[in-house]
Amino acid sequence: MSALTRVGRTLKRTSLQAIPTVFGIVIINFFLLQLAPGDAADVLAGEAGAATEETMAAIRSRFGLDNPLLVQLFNYLDNLAHFSLGFSPRYGMPVADLIGQRLPGTLLLMVVALAIAIVLGLALGSLMSVFAGRLPDRLLSVFSLLFYSIPSFWIGLMLIVLFSVKLGWLPSGGSGTIGSSTTGLAGVWEKARYMILPATSLALFYVAIYARLTRAAMLEIKSQDFVRTAAAKGLSPTIITVRHILRNALIPITTMAGMHIGGMLGGAVVVETVYSWPGLGRLAFEAVMGRDFTVLLGILLLSGLLVIFANAAVDLLHAWLDPRIGERS
Amino acid sequence: MTSTELNDYAGHSGTRVRSPATEKHQPEPLNPQWNNVRAPDSRVKTSNALAAVPNKWRVLKALIHNPNAVCGLVFLALVILAALIAPLIYPGDPLAMVARPFLWPGQNPAYPLGTDSMGRDVLAGILHGARVSLFVGLVATALGLTFGVLVGATAGYFGGWIDDLLVRLIEIFQTMPSFVLLVVMVAIAQPTASTITLAIAIITWPTVARLARAEFRTIREKDFVMAARSLGYGHARIIFLEILPNALPPIIVTSSVMVAGAILMESALSFMGLGDPNVVSWGSMIGAGRELIRTAWYLTALPGIAIVFTVLSLNLIGDGLNDALNPRFTQER
Repeated sequence: MSALTRVGRTLKRTSLQAIPTVFGIVIINFFLLQLAPGDAADVLAGEAGAATEETMAAIRSRFGLDNPLLVQLFNYLDNLAHFSLGFSPRYGMPVADLIGQRLPGTLLLMVVALAIAIVLGLALGSLMSVFAGRLPDRLLSVFSLLFYSIPSFWIGLMLIVLFSVKLGWLPSGGSGTIGSSTTGLAGVWEKARYMILPATSLALFYVAIYARLTRAAMLEIKSQDFVRTAAAKGLSPTIITVRHILRNALIPITTMAGMHIGGMLGGAVVVETVYSWPGLGRLAFEAVMGRDFTVLLGILLLSGLLVIFANAAVDLLHAWLDPRIGERS
Repeated sequence: MTSTELNDYAGHSGTRVRSPATEKHQPEPLNPQWNNVRAPDSRVKTSNALAAVPNKWRVLKALIHNPNAVCGLVFLALVILAALIAPLIYPGDPLAMVARPFLWPGQNPAYPLGTDSMGRDVLAGILHGARVSLFVGLVATALGLTFGVLVGATAGYFGGWIDDLLVRLIEIFQTMPSFVLLVVMVAIAQPTASTITLAIAIITWPTVARLARAEFRTIREKDFVMAARSLGYGHARIIFLEILPNALPPIIVTSSVMVAGAILMESALSFMGLGDPNVVSWGSMIGAGRELIRTAWYLTALPGIAIVFTVLSLNLIGDGLNDALNPRFTQER
C-alpha cells in the first residue's frame, strides 16, 4: 500500500468517525446550556441597570431566545450547516469573528506550552531512563511528581511574585506592550517576554507527564530485540538511544500530546485568568458568566474540532514514525 | 491521563497479580516463560482462604517498603488529621474576622500564619480548607469510579452495539475540553460543595470507563470466565465476582490519582470564584490573595503549599500502589 493511500484511508476513517461525535457535542451542550437559569437578556438588562418587560421581550425576540427549544436547536443547526456559528447578543458581533480574534492568542500559548513540555519531558525522561534505578532517576522522579502536583494557577502566581515583583525581569500579565511598535527581532523578543511565564505555568504539569511516559516507554523499548541487534552491529549508545529507542518512544508520547489538546484548552482558561491573557479560555469564562450561550456553544464545538484535528494529525505522524501502523489498519 | 496510559501497560501484568478469584479459576499459568514468577504462589494454592491473605499482605508490604509511598501515606495522614481537628482547634467560623488585617506569618504568636486582608486567621482557613478539599476529592472520585466502572464493564463485557454506543459516548466526553465543561456545569447549577463534586464526577468518569472497558475486554476472553459461563453463572455474577476483582489493580491505582485531580480541579474552580461561597477552601483563599500579590504574597503562597502537599501525597501513594500491584512492571523500571 502506498503512503498516499494510507494517508487517505486514515483521513477518511477519521472524518467518518468525527461526524457523529461533533453532532453529539452540539446536541448535549445545547440542552445542557438550556438548563441554566437566566439567559443573555437577563444579564444585558441587569448590566443596563433597568429594563421593562417590553425591552426584555424585544431583546429575546431579536436573538430568537423566545422560540421553542427545538426551533432554537434547529436554527442553530441550520446556521452551522451554512458554516456560521451564530450571532452573539452580548458582544454584538458574529461568534466566528469573536472567536477568530481570540483564537490565535490561545493557539500560540498552547503550541509554545506543548513544545516546552515535550522538549523538556523528552530530555528529563531520557535522562531518567539512562540512570534508571539510580540516584538521578529517583531524584528526577520525585521532582516530576512534584511538578505533577502543582496547580498551574498557583505556580503562575508564584512565578509572577519571583520574576515580576521581586526581580522585575518579566511582565506580570497581558500579551504585549500597548502602543509598542517594535518590529523584527526586537518585536519577537518583546512578544516572547510576555509569553514565557504563562507558557511555563501551563507546561509544567505536562512536563511531568511526558517525562514519566518517556521513561517508561524507553525502558520498555530498550529490552527489545532490535535494540540488541543495533548494539551488536556496533552502533554507539548515543545513536541507539536517539535513532532507535527515542523514535519508538515518540509514539506513546505523541498519542498523549494529541489527547492533551483538549485538557490544555481547559488549563488555558485558568492560566489566561492569572495572566490576563486575551484568549479563548478567558472568552469562554466570560461567556459563561454573561450567559452568552451562542459563544459558548461555538467555543465548545470549535475545541471539539480542534481535538479531532489534533488526533488525526497524530495518526498521520504515527504512520510516518512507524510504517507498520498504516499497514495494520 | 498518563496514569491511564501507564496503567494500560500495567493492566496486562496486573492480571498476573493473584487475587482470590484468580486463585480459584486460573490454576495454570497462561505464559510458560513467567513460570518462575508464579512459583511462590503455587505453595499456597491448597486453600483459597489462605491464598487471599498473603496477596493482600504482600501489596501492603511492598507499599511499606517503598519510601516514597510511606512519605505519601504520612503526608496524607497529616492532612486527614488537619481536617479532623480543625473544628476542635478553631471551633468558630474560619470566615470570621479575628484580628488586625495583614499580620505577616510569625508577627503575632496567636496567629502563626498571619491574617488576610479582612483579618481572618490564615491557619484556621487552611485547616478548614482541608475538609472541603478531601470531601470533594473523595466523594467525586467515588462517584466517578462507580459510574465509570459500570459503563466500562458493560461496554467491555457485552461488546457489540452496546460497546459501540458507549464508546461513542465516552469519546464525546473526552473530545470536549473537560475544564471548560466543568466551569459551565458549575456555573449553571450554582456553586455548592455538592454540585462541584457531582460536576467533577461527571467529567472524570470517561477516563475510568475507558480503562475498565479495556480490562474487561481482555479478561472476558480468559479461560476462567468461560468456565464460569459454562457453570451457568449470570452476567451480573460474572461481571462483579469473577472479572471485577481481576480488573481492579489498575483501577485502584487510577483512583488515587483521581482524588488528586479532583482536588486540583476544585481548587482551580474556587480560585476562579466558582467555589462554594459559604465554606473556606484553599482555592478561594488563593483567589482572594491574588489581588494583593505585590504586598502580601504569603496569602497566596501558604494555601498553595497546602494544595501541593496534599496532591503530592496522593500522587506518591498512587505511584507506590502502581509499583506494589504491578511487580513485573517495577522490575523493568
